[in-house]
This record gives sequence, structure tokens and C-alpha cells, in this order.
Amino acid sequence: MARPVFIVDGSRTPFLKARSGPGPFTPVDLAVQCGRPLLARQPFSPADFDQVILGCVNVIADEMNPARVAALRLGMGEDMVAFTVQINCGSGMQSIDTAYRYIREGHADMILAGGTEALSHAPLVWPNSGVRWFAGLATAKGMAAKLAAAFKLRPRDLKPIIGLERGLTDPITELNMGQTAEVVGHLFGITRAQSDAYAAESHRRLAHAQGAGFLKGEVETAFSRDGKFFDHDDGVRPDSTAESLAKLRPVFERPWGQVTAGNSSQITDGASWVILASDAAVAKHKLTPKAAIVDSNWAALDPSIMGLGPVMSVTPLLQRNDLTVKDVETWELNEAFATQVLGCLAAWNDDKFCRDILGLDGAAGEIDRERLNVDGGAISLGHPVGTSGNRIVLHLVNAMKRLGTRRGVATECIGGGLGGAMLIEAV
Amino acid sequence: MDSRIMTALGDRVLTLGPQAAADSPYKHFKLTRDADGVAWLLFDRADSSANTLSSDVMEEFDAVLAAIETERPAGLVIRSAKPSGFIAGADVNEFRGASDGEMVETRIRAAHAVVDHLEALKLPTVAVIHGFCLGGGLEVALACQSRIAIDNARFGFPEVMLGLHPGLGGTARFTALVNPTQSMALMLTGRTIDARRAKALGLVEAVTQERHVRGAVKDVLFGRLKRARPGLLTRAANLGPVRGLLAKRMRAEAAKAASREHYPAPYALIDLWEAHGGSKAAMLKAEQASFAKLMVTPTAQNLIRVFFLREQMKKAAGSGNTVKHVHVIGAGAMGGDIAAWVAGQGLRVSLADMKAEPIARAVKRAAELYGKIIRKPTEVRDALDRLIPDMDGEGVRNADLIIEAVPEKLELKQKVYAGLEPRMKPGAILATNTSSIPLQDLRTTLARPERLVGLHFFNPVSRLQLVEVVSHDGNDAQVLKEALAFVGAIDRLPLSVKSSPGFLVNRALTPYMLEAMVMLDEKIDQLLIDAAAEQFGMPMGPIELADQVGLDICLDVGDMLRSKFGDLLPPTPAWLRDKVAKGELGRKTGKGFYTWKDGKAEKAPLPETGPRVTDQMIDRLVLPMSNVCVAALREGIVDDPDTVDGAMIFGTGYAPFRGGPLNYARTRGVENIVSTLRALTERFGERFAPDPGWDNFK
Repeated sequence: MARPVFIVDGSRTPFLKARSGPGPFTPVDLAVQCGRPLLARQPFSPADFDQVILGCVNVIADEMNPARVAALRLGMGEDMVAFTVQINCGSGMQSIDTAYRYIREGHADMILAGGTEALSHAPLVWPNSGVRWFAGLATAKGMAAKLAAAFKLRPRDLKPIIGLERGLTDPITELNMGQTAEVVGHLFGITRAQSDAYAAESHRRLAHAQGAGFLKGEVETAFSRDGKFFDHDDGVRPDSTAESLAKLRPVFERPWGQVTAGNSSQITDGASWVILASDAAVAKHKLTPKAAIVDSNWAALDPSIMGLGPVMSVTPLLQRNDLTVKDVETWELNEAFATQVLGCLAAWNDDKFCRDILGLDGAAGEIDRERLNVDGGAISLGHPVGTSGNRIVLHLVNAMKRLGTRRGVATECIGGGLGGAMLIEAV
Repeated sequence: MDSRIMTALGDRVLTLGPQAAADSPYKHFKLTRDADGVAWLLFDRADSSANTLSSDVMEEFDAVLAAIETERPAGLVIRSAKPSGFIAGADVNEFRGASDGEMVETRIRAAHAVVDHLEALKLPTVAVIHGFCLGGGLEVALACQSRIAIDNARFGFPEVMLGLHPGLGGTARFTALVNPTQSMALMLTGRTIDARRAKALGLVEAVTQERHVRGAVKDVLFGRLKRARPGLLTRAANLGPVRGLLAKRMRAEAAKAASREHYPAPYALIDLWEAHGGSKAAMLKAEQASFAKLMVTPTAQNLIRVFFLREQMKKAAGSGNTVKHVHVIGAGAMGGDIAAWVAGQGLRVSLADMKAEPIARAVKRAAELYGKIIRKPTEVRDALDRLIPDMDGEGVRNADLIIEAVPEKLELKQKVYAGLEPRMKPGAILATNTSSIPLQDLRTTLARPERLVGLHFFNPVSRLQLVEVVSHDGNDAQVLKEALAFVGAIDRLPLSVKSSPGFLVNRALTPYMLEAMVMLDEKIDQLLIDAAAEQFGMPMGPIELADQVGLDICLDVGDMLRSKFGDLLPPTPAWLRDKVAKGELGRKTGKGFYTWKDGKAEKAPLPETGPRVTDQMIDRLVLPMSNVCVAALREGIVDDPDTVDGAMIFGTGYAPFRGGPLNYARTRGVENIVSTLRALTERFGERFAPDPGWDNFK
């Protein structure tokens, strides 16, 4: 009994680049900042949702199950069931996908699905030897035992591990995310110049979208307790050019790598929400849906080339809906790295890859750049890990509405070797 | 948060000991005995939602204590059966109208005997305290050997706010138990403290939750919990020579807040402790005499009257508030602070403005306010979550009440209303914070004028409790009722007033401020002018107040009032317009009449020699306020003289110990007031002409 599932509305915070030290908002703070205005503009009560699902990778200790904490802080009532999902970079899309399937199968009528991440709050982690030392000290009884335990301390016990560094390194292959992009770039002959040009264009498109007001109704101004407000994605560098980016040194594999800080996604804080509803809920509350979710697909591949996740997840999705890449009018393909995005485009245009791996008759074709990431992406916006999957669906829906296109795909690569994709149709 | 389960099981929460028999021999008490032989005495004053100590309660209490003495239980637990709290204090009704000092002393002696009786019981006693434990209630608790606080308990001695000091033995017992520098400070300021602070001071033995009361009571009664004992410092501070030194400091502090002449109570308390602090018996006896003496002073009787004015105004608000979501338009100084206050009181507020900067500033001020008045960080977070920045005005559709606080321009306000009305909920109220534009003008472009009211707040919202609830003749009565209930629900005090220039408070205050300008023109020093008002008992002189309010606003309000009342207003001097044109607006620009730094005016002290404050100066400033109040009553803009007094006290801080401008007039004598006004009219002009309403005023 599959029912249609509609995307009714959504909003996000401005994406804020992590600079020195923790930002003004925790993961739940961010979810509340964009959730409040979103819920305020609906013709129904916040308590009318059946559930809340929130993607978040770096959950902080003070906010266990951030979905539930956010639901309560948003005034959705003590009866609101809420849970948090984590599939690395795909978390913000997983929340939408789970909500989509619950509604499709008739288990729920209206779900608030989001993603949040505050990478600037990523902790410093004690090495295990340091944790053991501290535990030994705490359990020692009596002055003599405590002194003896204290004296066991070695300098290396206190050397902090930067949580973020470990989090962005794949434990199976020991490559960090940037390195996987280098591998993909190598397989498909992507050049440094091409990557830099792509990155500069991402900044240009975002700056243009900001100036033209394309993000109004999507980005909600955030206000901090100390009297500051944040009304735009602040990672954008409108003056970026391929030439200026060419001056940067490779950041992950020196000296000959092509992935730099300038052509990679940024480390960022941000949250996003999307409201999903069944046709019954749409009728009951007299809603005006923006789009419908037609289908979704997840795929898995070798973690060392996780950047190809979009290709692996989108292709079967399109096939079973009798579509080719040429039929997709608007694309959101998460810009984890310029090299990785270009690697995906090249893979779809690669005869051998398409035949041997994707099972197609030949190259799927070239994707028109004018249809792809039309208002910029994670390179200029930033990539709050648990949020991006949600943002690209939200923005795809809004861009399709603005451009009047009928069919769109949102897709992303996922650390660990996964890919997620959603097929969206205008209503 | 509404908790269905906790609400359903709510009556299981208070641990009241064994189930009491249905028929109790007592009207206000229940007495039971548990399996360990401990007696539980539950205080549940009949026909009241809060426990207070009236004389018949005390009589019955004495009888219960006698019964307990004969029964000889293993121990005694005293607590309140009322969810609202332990004991709120003495029954203030019984203080009203007291004029015979000796009779008061006799009655207080009888009450002392009951408390002494409790203290003298030869068995372990413990008071279990939840919620408010104030005044006489705290004195009862102090007469027990031990005290256990539930974590929501609040302790204090508010008697000084009524022009009194504690009168049931608190002055002696509190200073003996808790370091006098702390205990005297609490009694002199009337501030309350929470359970944690009470434990830190040694006032209570333990702080716990209802679920642990049985265990805590057993441990305390049977000696397993360390009894809080006055420390070395406390005993040292009660020694004679030390008391002398400390008393001197206390008097200096008290003088900063209030003069002995206007507020005798704090000084009486300091004298009492200085003289008798070392000896409990002497101090208890002297306390009775001192208390009785204070009770019959005009200050105490006026402050007790103010207490009842507050209760009366709270009652006028009514209950049954239905407003859950408030939408505030305009995040300026007033809009932002109104929104912050309302969100702090538990309602959801959307705060709209065309720009982000004022909203961001309002959020910052809210965070600072909550940090001061809401202690728990999670509650501060929750209050901030309820204060929702709303740049697109989305909050309108779900708002039960909309408060418009945009600049004072008729066309602008009407434009705002035009955008709002189509989106408002059918039952929503449209309120304006206007101080000078008549509702009759604002309503002309509305589709449904019956739901337009004025809700006029005062600055600062967190300190001044008054809200003028302004009506016009086209109002729906239900709308007014809901507006009043809303004001009560956010812990403010309403004054119902009909729409007319300046409503009540601005109309009364403006002559106060403008007369000061006239006096400046006569070359009277601004410090002297302010001193005159402060000598009368106003919290702030008119010059400083004008700076505080803003000279541009004074000018606007003055012009508006003069356009309606003509010569009844003092003339506005040209130099005031120049000052405003130059941008010297007072506190908000750092300079007006005074120079302002960090929110405080730099006022040099008056020179030792030179002109003094005269009665005429005071009369010129103060009598017009009473005159306006009488005019407002006569015109039917306000309908009750008591509420008028309350409004002036809670909206302007008008000398509370005088009981309000109308009470002052009554006390001084209407004839005296009228003849003084006539003399001032001869000398200075029409603006002092006594209003015809004085003829009927009693």
C-alpha cells in the first residue's frame, strides 16, 4: 500500500564556517534556530507531527539523542517520538529516506526530518592511555594509593587527539576523505586546473544566489545569546578565481596532490529540516506541497573511492524508473571535493566504467553543468556532515520550483564507501 | 512542559505522613501518628489556597501543641498540606487599620506565646518546608529544632516591605542561628533566598525532594543528621562591641535606600539588634514593643494599604488566561523588553522587526535579564527558546494576542494593522503599546475595531509592574476581559483606563517633569529640584526621570497633552526643543540634563551651603499629580481611586509609604490641598487650578 509522499516545506540555518574554537550554537541549538520559524509558518500545530527524525554525526554528550532534545525544545510536546540517525555524511538524507518509507507504508502521516552538525564543537579526545590513567586515579583509595596512581602519568597520556581528524579518516583503508578524492581524480584523469575552476564556479554561483535572493525562505537568520545574528552562509568567497585557487598547496597529499583547502568542502556548522507529509495530511491541513519523493536508493562501494557513491546510487535509481542521466533536469550532487564531483561526471561519461561496473550499454553521457549545483554547493557553502544530505534535498526542491523543472535528483558520496540518492518530482 | 502523567498522579507527590482521619477535631490542622511514633502535624488553613497565620489559626495551633504535649510522641513533623507552599506569613488583613499600639502589643504577645510554646516542646521537632516560607511562616520554622527544605523552597522576611520587621521572634531566632551580616541583610531588604542558599547559611539541615522526606525526617529526628549549629563567626558577630560596629555599617547601607523619616522599620530593626542582640529573652520582648510601635506608623499603614492595592489589582486581572502565543511587532527598547518579559513568564513569543539588528539586541537583553531573574541555566535556555525571532512575521497567524510596538506615528501603525488584520486568528486580540495616539484614531481603518485595545507597558518592564489596559467605546467586553487575564498571567498589574490623552500615568507624570523645566528657567539648580522630589519620597527626581524617559519623548508627550489640555500643562521651554534638536536626549544618548555613564546619571552632591529645598518646590512638583488623578476620576477615565493610587505606585514608584497621590491628598486634607493649589495658581498660573473633582473627592 505505497502512498505518495510530499515535501511540504523546509528551512535551514545559514552555514557557518568553523573558525577558532566552538561556534555559538550546539547541534540542537542549530536545529532549534531553523526549526522555530519553520514550524511557526505552518497552518498546523508542532504537536501534529507523528515523529521527528534527525541526522547527526557528532552528537555531544549534553545532547544525547538530539532528535528528542530538539523536538522538546521546539515545543512539539511530551508525546513526540524522536530518534537520531547516523550514516556518516548521509545522515541528513537518511532521516528523509526513513521518514519517506514510514509514510509510504502508512505508519505515519507527517514527519519532521532533518540534519544537524556543529563541527566546531568536535571534541578533543583523550588518548586511551590518558583515560586509563584518570580512571586509575579516581578509583584509588587512600592518600598513598592516589599519589602512586598520580605518579604513573606520562606526557603522551595527555596529548589530545583531534576528534575531527580521526572522524574524517576511514578506519578500513586508513585514507582520509581528501585522499579518497585524490584516488578518484587519478582514475578519471581529473586535473588540478579543472578542480580549481569548478571550485571557483561554486563560489560564484553561491554569491549570485545570495545576491539575487534565491535563498530567501530557505535560510532562516540565526540569533545568538550575545546579540549577534547570522543571516547568510559565511564560507562564500565571491572573489575566488581559478587563478587565486591555483596558488594554494595541496592539503592532504603533498607535494603533488590536487586536492587543496580551496577546492574541498569547508568544515562548517549548520542544520536543516524538511517536512514530509502523506496525501491524507496534505488534505487534512490544506497544505501546498512543493514536490513529491518518487524513489530513493543507497549503494555501497570500496571505501577508498567513496567519492563515486553518487554514481553507484543514482544509476540503479534512474534505471528502475526508466530514466537516463539526460532526463534529470536539476541535480544536487554534494561537493565533498571538486575532484570528486568531476570524477563522478567523468565516470558517467566513461564507456568502460559504465559497461563493466554500471551494467549500461555504454557511457551514460555528459551532465550539463548548467543543471548541476545551480546555486553553489559544499565547496562554497560548507559541509556540516550530518546536515548536507538534508540541505541538498531541500535546495533541490526549492531550485526546481524556481526554475520550473519537473524532475530532479539529490545525491551524495558518504565516507566509508556509500552513496545515497533521491528522485524528486515537481507537483 | 505539560506532563499528563505527573498531572494525573499529582496528589501523590507531597509526602504528608499517614492518612489522616476524615473528621479532624481541628479546623485548620490535621494530626496523625506514624508507625515510628512520630506525630505529623499538617497545617491546612480552611477556606484558603495559602497558609497564613491569623489569630484564630494561632489559637488553634496552641491547642494542638497542648494536645501533642500530652500525647508525648517520639517526635513531631510540621508541614503544610497545601501544594502552594509552607506558610506565607501572618494574615495581613489583621494589620489593617491598626491604630492602638498597646492593643497591637497585647495581641503580638499572645502570638509570641504560641511560638514559644512550640520551641519549648520537650521532643525533637522538624519543619518540612516546600514552596514559600515567609515572614511568620519562617518564624514558626525557626522555632522548630530542625528544618528540612524541599528544593523548591524559598525563604524570606518581607515584613520590611510593609513598614515592619519580623514580629514573631524572627529577629532574635534568625540572628542567633544565621550570621547576622547575612540574616540582618535579609530582614532589612526583604529579599528571598532559595533552598540551596538556605542550606549554605545554616538555616536548614538538609535540602531534598518529596520522595526522600520520610527518610530525611527520620534521620533528623533521631539524631542521625548533623544539626546546623551557629558557627563561631555567628556567635562572635552577636557580641556587644561587634554589634555596634556592624550596626553602624547597616545604618549607612539603609540610608542609601531610604531615609529614617520615611521608612522607620529598617532602622528600628537595626536598633533592636544592636541593643539586645546578645540576649534572646530581652530581644524577644523588645521585638514585641518595636513591632507594635511600627505597626501604627503612617508608613506601615500606607505600605499595608499598598499590599492590598496590589492584591486588588491582581484580582482585577482575573484568571483564565487563554493567550498562549504572543506576537510582538517592533523590536525596539519597549517591544524587545515586552517580548522578553512575556517569554520569561512561560508564553511563546514571536518578535518581529524589519531588521535583524534590533531583534539581535533584544535577544541579548533578554539573555541578560533571564540570567539575573531565572537562576537555572536550563530554564534560561527554555525562556530563550520561547523568544522566537520572526523577520517574516509568520507568528501572526497563530498568535492569540498581537502587541504592536512600532514608532509613534499614526499612519505607520495603521499600515501595520492593515497588513495584520487579514492574517489574524478570529479570536485574536490586537493591542497597541502606544503612549500618545488615541485609540479612537487608530481604530478608524480597522475592519474589526472591537478587538483593538491598548496595553501600555512601563520602562523597565521587569521592574514596573503596571500595565495600562486602555479601552475605547467600541470594545467587545470579552476582549477586555481576556486582555486583563493576560496581564495577570504575565505577573503584571492592570489598570483599566479609557482611551484619552496620556491615559493616566503619562498625564500625571508630564506636569511633574515639565514643572521641573519651568523651575530650571527660574534658575533653580537641577540638583535641588530633584532633591525636592526625593525628599518627598519619589524614587527619582523629575529632571533625572526626564533624562531616563528621553527628552524627545517628554517633548512629544508634552506637546500632545498641551494640544488637548492647553494651559493646564506647564509651557515647554524653547531651549528644551533645542536640546532635543542637538541630540541631547538623556540617558539613551549619554547626555541630557545630566551626563550618563553605564546607565547611571552623574549627580554631584548638593553643596552644604546655598538654597535649600522648600515646601513650595515640593508642592509645585507633587500636587499636580494628585490634581490629574482627581481629574481622571471625575472624567470617568478611571473608576476607582484605590486603583489609581496603585497604578501611580506600580507605574512610577510614587512614594509608596505615602500610599499614593490620592491617599496623600486625603491624609494632608482636601481643603489644604485645594487652598495650596489656589495659592500656586495665583502665583504661577492656570496649570495649578484645582480640578472641579476635588469638590466631590473624599
